[in-house]
Order: sequence, then C-alpha cells, then structure tokens
Amino acid sequence: MMLRILSFCLVLFAALPARAEVDIQPVTSESGFKAWLVENHSIPFVALELRFKGGASLDQPGKEGATNLMVALLEEGAGDMDARAFARASEELATSFGFDQSDDAVSVSARFLTENSDKAVALLRAALTEPRFDPDAIERVRAQVISNIKSDLKNPRAIASRAFGEMVFGDHPYGRPESGTLESVAALSRDDLVAAHKGALAKDRVYVSAVGDIDAVELAALMDRLLGDLPETGAPLIGPANLNFPGGVKVVPFDTPQSVAIFAQQGIDREDPDFFPAFVLDLILGGGSFESRLMQEVREKRGLTYGVYSYLVDKDQAKLWMGSVASANDRVAQAVQVIRNEWARLAEQGVTQQELDDAKTYLTGSYPLHFDSNASIARIMVGMQMDDMPVDYIVTRNDKVEAVTLEDVNRVAKKLLDPEHLTFVVVGQPEGLPVSQ
Amino acid sequence: MIRFVLSLATLIAASLPAWAGDQVSTFYLDNGMEVVVIEEHRAPVAVHMVWYRAGSADEPVGQSGVAHFLEHLLFKGTETLAPGEFSATVAKQGGNDNAFTSYDYTAYFQRVAADRLELMMRMESDRMVNLQLDQSDIKTERDVILEERNMRVENNPSALFREQKNAVQYLNHRYGVPVIGWRHEMEELGLDDALSFYSTYYSPNNAILVVAGDVDPEEVRRLADKYYGVIPANPDLPQQRYRSQEPPQTAERRMTYRDARVAQPYVSRSYLAPERDAGAQEKAAALTLLAEILGGGQTSVLVEKLQFESQKAVYAAAFYEGTSLDDTTFSLVAVPAQGVSLQEVEDAMDKVLKDFMATGIDPDQLERIKTQIRASEIYARDDVEGLANRYGRALTQGLTVQDVQDWPDILQAVNADDIMAVAREVLDRRQSVTGWMMAEEVTQ
Repeated sequence: MMLRILSFCLVLFAALPARAEVDIQPVTSESGFKAWLVENHSIPFVALELRFKGGASLDQPGKEGATNLMVALLEEGAGDMDARAFARASEELATSFGFDQSDDAVSVSARFLTENSDKAVALLRAALTEPRFDPDAIERVRAQVISNIKSDLKNPRAIASRAFGEMVFGDHPYGRPESGTLESVAALSRDDLVAAHKGALAKDRVYVSAVGDIDAVELAALMDRLLGDLPETGAPLIGPANLNFPGGVKVVPFDTPQSVAIFAQQGIDREDPDFFPAFVLDLILGGGSFESRLMQEVREKRGLTYGVYSYLVDKDQAKLWMGSVASANDRVAQAVQVIRNEWARLAEQGVTQQELDDAKTYLTGSYPLHFDSNASIARIMVGMQMDDMPVDYIVTRNDKVEAVTLEDVNRVAKKLLDPEHLTFVVVGQPEGLPVSQ
Repeated sequence: MIRFVLSLATLIAASLPAWAGDQVSTFYLDNGMEVVVIEEHRAPVAVHMVWYRAGSADEPVGQSGVAHFLEHLLFKGTETLAPGEFSATVAKQGGNDNAFTSYDYTAYFQRVAADRLELMMRMESDRMVNLQLDQSDIKTERDVILEERNMRVENNPSALFREQKNAVQYLNHRYGVPVIGWRHEMEELGLDDALSFYSTYYSPNNAILVVAGDVDPEEVRRLADKYYGVIPANPDLPQQRYRSQEPPQTAERRMTYRDARVAQPYVSRSYLAPERDAGAQEKAAALTLLAEILGGGQTSVLVEKLQFESQKAVYAAAFYEGTSLDDTTFSLVAVPAQGVSLQEVEDAMDKVLKDFMATGIDPDQLERIKTQIRASEIYARDDVEGLANRYGRALTQGLTVQDVQDWPDILQAVNADDIMAVAREVLDRRQSVTGWMMAEEVTQ
C-alpha cells in the first residue's frame, strides 16, 4: 500500500495532550503507587501503560544491549512457566503485552479483557517481577538480536542513526546503540540480564496510566498486585549529555541508490518559557504536514524527496532539533542545500502572521483528535506523567498555543535556529556534497 | 520476543474480523455511490473516506504506477481549489489528510473534528470530477514518486526481492506488477495517462463513501446527497473489472535474489491461494486459521518446530491475506540460524509441513486462536479508523457489508477438517514460488 506521505510519529505530538473531554482521575494505591485513569465502560477491555524511567541508557559500559535483551526476555518465561507455557497462557487469555525500550524508558503496553483481567494481570506480574531468563531462551533471543544488529549494519537509516549518535553524544550513554553491538551482545551473561532487570524495573521510577473498563478502586488494587514485588529502587539515572554539533556534513559511504540524511542542532527543554513558540516554529518549519516550509520547498516545488520532516526531540538528558530527508544520490546535495537555506531564511526573516495563524488553528484543532481511543489516551497520559505535567494540562494546553505571538516566534527563531551548527549525517553515495569533516 | 527487522508486513491483523455491531448503517445514493456509516461517539472525531474501485491492477499495460501517480496528483488543484489548497484547508481545520493506493483500490481520507464533515465532503466530491492538472504538475510529482520508489523499494533489498518474487508468482495477473510501478514505466508516465485513468474510474458509481466516528447517519445521508448525490453517474464506467486471470499453475518456480546489502538471508515461499468471495468466504476463513496455526505466533507449528525445537531458524512465520479481488497468496518465511544454510532451513520447513499434514491440528491451539479472534472483535472497537478501513477494503475487493459482518461467525465455524482440506489444496508446490534472499557471493 502506498501512502501519499509517510505518517510520521512526532516524538512531541505524542506526548502533548488536548482540550478534549477527557476526565482524568488521579489514583493512588494503598502501597503508594500513582496512576492516571480514564474510565470508559463501553468496551469490555482495559488499555494499561507502564513506563520505567531509565531504559537503555542504564546499560553499563561494555554491557551495551543488556536492557534490550532483558526486555525482550520478559515474556520468554516467567514464574513457573517457560517461554512456550507463557505464550500459551497469554493466547488463552487473548491478552497482549508489548515490551519495549528506548534510551530513557522501558515501556509496557498491555491490553486485556475485563472478563479475565485478574489472570491477565497475574501473568503480566510474573513477566515483570519473576522473569526466568532461562539459558535456552537467552540464546534463542540473543540470536534474534544479533540477526537484527547485522541487518542494521546494512540499513542506511540505522547506519545514519548510529553515526549520528556517536558524533553528537560522544561517550554519553545516548551515543551507544540501544540494542548493543555484535561484541557486547555476544558477551552478555545471565547475571548481566538479572542485573539489568533489577536496575531498570523498580518502584521508584514507574509511571502508570489506564483507560477503559476499570474503576479507581480496581486500578489501585491492580497496581499493588502488579508492582508490589518490584525492588524499591533501581540503578542511578544518567546525567546530562554534552551535545556536539560541529556543523557541516558527515558522509558515511554506503552503496545504495538513495542517500538517507538526518540533521540536527540544539533543541529546547519543554520547561523552557520559549518552548511553545519553538513548538509552533517547528510545525511551520517541517513539523510533519504538507504545509511546512521544508515540505513545500524540497518536495512540492522541487520534487527532491518523498518526505522531509523536522521535529523537536525531548530526551531526558538532551534536547535536539532534528530532521530527516532521503533523496537519490545525485539530488541529495540539492536537498541539503535547500534545507540549509530554509533554516537560515527562517532564522533571519521569521514567519508571517498568516503562517502563525494557520499553525495555531492546526495545533488547537487537531488536539482533541488525539483522544479517540483507549489505547491512545493511555499512551498520552503516561507520557504526560513522565514529563511531570499537571492533570489539568489538557485543559490549558490550547491556551498556551493561542498565547504565542508573532513576536515570540520570530524572537525564538532568531535565538534558537542555528544554521551554522546545523549538522548533517548522510549515508549513501551522495554526489557533489561539500563534506566538512 | 523480539520484533524482526525483516520488513515482512504482518497482514493477519487486516484479515481479522470487523466488528459487526449495530452502529453500522449503509445505503446507496441515487447515482449508485455506496455509503457506509460507522457510529462511534466516544470522541468528537470523524474519519471521512472515499474509496475507488480502481487500483494498480486496473492499469493499462505499460503504465504501471499510474493509479498511484494519479493519487498524488489529486492533491493538485480543481476548478475551485488551488494546488495544495486541499491539504492546507484540512490542516487549517486541525485535520489530517492522506491517501493510499493498492492493487484493487485507491482511497482518500481526512481525520477531522466531527463538525467539519461537510467541508470535507464539499472538497472531496469536487476533486472526484473537477481535477485540473497541467504539465508543470507532472514533472515535479513524477520526481516525488520516483523518490518514493527509491525509499520503499530501491533502498530496501527485501522489497526488491518481493517485487521479483511477485512477478514470478503471477503468470498472467496484474498482481505481478508492483503497485508503485516499474521504474522504467514510471519515468514515462504523463498527463494524458493520469487523466485517462481518472476519467475512466473516478465517478460516484465507482466509489464508496465511508464515514466513521461521532456522526449521525441521517445527517451523513443528507450531506452525501448534497455533495456526492448531485454528481451524475458515469455511464461509460466499465461494467466489470476486466483483468486477465491466472491459469492453473502447474510448474513449481524457484528464484534467488542476491544483494550486497543483505545481512540476513532468508527463504520465503508463496502459494497461489483463493481469496474471500462474496457469499463464499469459508475457504478463505480456513486459510486464515491455517496461517495462524502454522506461523501466527509463539505457539504456532513452524515457530515451535524451527525456533524452539530444532533451532534451525531464528524466525519463522506464515501469512495469508484473504481480502483481495482476485487470487491471493499464502506464504511462509524462515530465517536460518547462524551456520544453517538456506537449503537446510527450507528442508526443515518442508519437513514441518509434511509432519503437520500427517499429524493434523492440535485442538487446544485451534481453541486458543478462536479465543483470540473473538477478543480481536472487542479490541477492534477501540480503533474506529481501522473499522472504516475494513469496510472500504472489503467493498472495493468484491465483498459486501453482509460479508464483512458474517466473517467473524464464519471464522468461528471453521473446523480442523476444513483447515486440513484447504491445506492439502493450497500447499501444492506446483503453484508455488520459493525465493532465496542472499548476500552477494564473495569473489576472489
């Protein structure tokens, strides 16, 4: 199926909730676990989201990929069940658990039917608190991870991302590949996985949201059962990253017809008073719609790419303003130049009142549209909690967008957009690209 | 469990049942346009979609990719909308819009606040018949689709492999030609090609309107009459979707695709298979369950035997997509473990199939799968856009609303004998292609 534009998952949009009619109840359990709940009894199931702050950035030097492998093994045997018994149990209940990890968090997305919720929660509790890390399961999943790493080493997008991480983050944990290297994954022991589990899944870093056919009393009891046996504290979280944006273009040669580029400069913290102006500015620059300047200039006017995007990245310990584009090897130099020009033009000349007004009507109008399913509301709410947002954020968010003035946006454009340090990593066989390094 | 990097689309979700609740209403406009309304009032959101019964398999010979190219061009202007104004207007309303093309259909959709539905209908009905294109649109947008092909196919050895393999699978049917088009034909697509496809297929009597979300069916009917109902039916619309059909396939085919960018070789086999037909979905239902049994998850037969027991594979799966206008495929894939050759993993896969044909189906496994299918009807209600897609896909691929609503019960009624019968019929090497995806040979 060919889509006209790539649906792009914006790190930021996902975490930004709306002025929708969403009635959030903060819930605190007897043992002190906190959650946000939206009750909806029209469909007999529950969407539950858990986040454990930390994630792959907790991997110790030499143990890169430990969190990734550990998370992949959570449903490969737990309690008195081996991997296959666990899978059968999960299928019998028709529940689904998604385990994943990023640099900053381990995430668990669960959905289960009201009719067997106790059993589903017991199964999830086993996965979280009693994973077995059976030797045969470790070897089986390790082989899958290694196969994936090998594929990444020949995938232009993954190559770009890895080279970018090394250059921008240097020795900071963010600079290391999340799933590890061939060497580090091969060397991980069962003890390493047990340690990674103990360090990552702890009470002092868990965030919970639930949406669906469940009430506050039930959710409180659920949390105590589900999380009560986790250790009190986990591994210390990492410190801030020093970001290196040398400017220019770094080329990683790779024999493929289309060059893949990512680009970035310093971003902005969500807590910064200039965050909203920057957020609006990003939308106008390249924030995922056809109307963005990058999309208009690079794709619509010149046909240089299928998609070009910019996005604000709000990692716990690093703020980036990033973007991506892909163009045939003989056209990517032109695409890079157009992006640079737009970056500079926006910094110097700012946006028009019309652009600002259009961006605001889009942002305020699209806000309630995010809250249309249990699954998406649960995801948004858990993100809000991790970002330390107040429960009433949803009600006030559109006002913050509305309050942004033309003067704000153009002041922030001048202050934040930094064409000189806008740094590109290009993977492919680009022709005619001035390489600075 | 680890997500696999191989870009093998998991199609099973799409063939799971739609929810046949009473929130679905359907009717026809006087000009023959079919309308499906799915009510879901939890959020003030509406999804508005128009589906055309025209996809890449309906393209004229030599113009592969024109259906998709036209889809892109529909975002250029009309007599009353400037180029780009369509999407810009949707965005100003806080909405999102997009479109997609497949073998059997082309669809356009917007996701907006429910009270903006009328504006969407006004614009979508306008571009159904009033498209204005000029030569300057062609060159730039053709570059865009070529870059899209670069991104999706040329840069992706798995996609190149699939493309070659599909071409071998279909001896005579247009499904052997990629939706996005062969590059050399895409490069030659012109204004006349796009306009010819447009005037042949874009009309209310070849379209289906699907509106889902916080909407009232009576209001949808009123608006649909006002905007789509006034467009005359196209009397010259082809009475049937004439496509060359597959002859009996009587010779097993094998192929090897080599690419230096392949890090992880694998073997993939597809068999020509029947699709869901209106009023006759039983065989497709049995195949849907067969795919789940053989390779639908951690407890499936291929995974148990190849990943857990012999450990010849790091990944194994089966796929079947029953929603298709014409003959579809049933496929298997096995990714060998380190040190295991493709021949070895293929032999192991065939041994599993042979043993399965002899021993039959584990009743507990079948029961678990049926439980999951039942549950998927509940989970599906959380995704109104997904439901809208199911109706659109079904109605453009030869099925009726009744077929969509009957599907869950038909799946539940399938028994082990039905599944084994369809396995014997379909898993016939003479109608299969076996492909090996490999790295370049190392030369001295």
